[in-house]
Amino acid sequence: MLTIVAVAAIKALIVIGMVLNLAGILGWVERKGSALIQDRIGANRAAIFGFAGAGLVNTLLADPIKFLTKEDVIPRGVDRLLHTLAPCISLFPAIVAFAAVPFGDRLVVGDLVVNLQAVELDVGVLFLLAMTSLGVYGVVLGGWASNNRLSLLGGIRGSAQMISYELAMGLAVAAVVLTFGSLDFQEIVRRQGELIGGWIPAWGILYQPLAFLLLLIAGIAETKRAPFDLPEGESEIVSGYFTEYSGIKYLMFFMTDFVEIAVVSAVVTTFFFGGWQVPFLTAQGFVFPWGGTLALPHLVVVLLQVAAYMIKVFVFCCLQVLVRWTMPRLRYDQLMWFGWKVMLPLGIGNLVVTAFVLLLVRG
Amino acid sequence: MEQSISVLVTFVLVGGLVGIMVSLGRLLGPRVENPAKGEAFECGNPPSGSAWGRFSVKFYMTAIIFIVFDVEVVFLYPWAVLFERLGWFGLAEMLLFLLVLGVGLVYVWQKGALEWD
Repeated sequence: MLTIVAVAAIKALIVIGMVLNLAGILGWVERKGSALIQDRIGANRAAIFGFAGAGLVNTLLADPIKFLTKEDVIPRGVDRLLHTLAPCISLFPAIVAFAAVPFGDRLVVGDLVVNLQAVELDVGVLFLLAMTSLGVYGVVLGGWASNNRLSLLGGIRGSAQMISYELAMGLAVAAVVLTFGSLDFQEIVRRQGELIGGWIPAWGILYQPLAFLLLLIAGIAETKRAPFDLPEGESEIVSGYFTEYSGIKYLMFFMTDFVEIAVVSAVVTTFFFGGWQVPFLTAQGFVFPWGGTLALPHLVVVLLQVAAYMIKVFVFCCLQVLVRWTMPRLRYDQLMWFGWKVMLPLGIGNLVVTAFVLLLVRG
Repeated sequence: MEQSISVLVTFVLVGGLVGIMVSLGRLLGPRVENPAKGEAFECGNPPSGSAWGRFSVKFYMTAIIFIVFDVEVVFLYPWAVLFERLGWFGLAEMLLFLLVLGVGLVYVWQKGALEWD
């Protein structure tokens, strides 16, 4: 009993540490990436003993300290309880959703078998969908509680956008579940360790290319980033639903943004790019299709898998940063048109075609 | 049992982290009251009354249509998991179900509920 709780706590702490550090690093990637794309010098001011680390000190140390020591302004006339609760409701489900995604295979320590997944549910996919849906409450409550027209506008814009794209996301995920026949993330990842014809890793992208595009686009819309950043829309409604936030609560909304990027990347990686799978790596070591083998100790195999997962997640995070600084913002009618009249029919069509093909192939 | 413990432990830890973050801001930040600072931010203009009023009905429409379709999507998951066992019968059943969903979508589309202007 005690070991179960201890192991669960350690795994949860690892995942929390992973996602918070990733969020910090992504803050740096975003600022440096935007500077690179806009041909200017990005964050490079803060330094410790003359060490600026190309701006990394800024985002990892200086920013959190600054946010923490700034005044947490609560304007008159706001709903004080909801105003404080909204950033918590926003950040909590994002981190918990990331915890549901497995970051490695089983780790065997003595006679203890540890499943490298912080929330080990066999209905992990449903859990993830439930948690990502909760994110909308943070947005709508933050906008409503602020008692500010701009915040309210941002909040309802955000809620309408998130629920619209949730449909396409749900349909894309349903097609993946159909393909792998399981709601368990570990099971889905293990199925992607097989080889097609002995050579090509059976990653989900080969079976569900359309679902990958739908999930990635819907995911970017769910994180409310450009080209879907109308809820924030700096040039129209100041800062959208977090206009009235400052200090640590503002940082929490900001972190939610980055944690959600990580969640989208983790889900895309797990469903379509083999999760923690390394091509040709089995539990005993590498078995290459051209005949060679390379035996590796258990710990090395597990570390390689965890590293592969983290690298894949980071690549997709960078892709989203790139998308943000490349695309202009959509108009609201275009946003709704795209969500309801393009993504939704495509999602339904993809599901039907997948079902037909599966039955024809597998009998 | 093991599954529920992992969920519970994660919830407690993340909840604790989020709680600590909010209260740390309270403890470390300064607190200077100021009548101008307490106003709602409307780009410098004095706010004209409360913001808790009416807003565009289109958002309600979107929410209602969402609930109809989202509940139908939820029914797809058990079917997707059991798909191999259900075979052609399951596919035919689900096609009927998706047909109803599709008719609903076409109806909403034709009625112009998805138009934003």
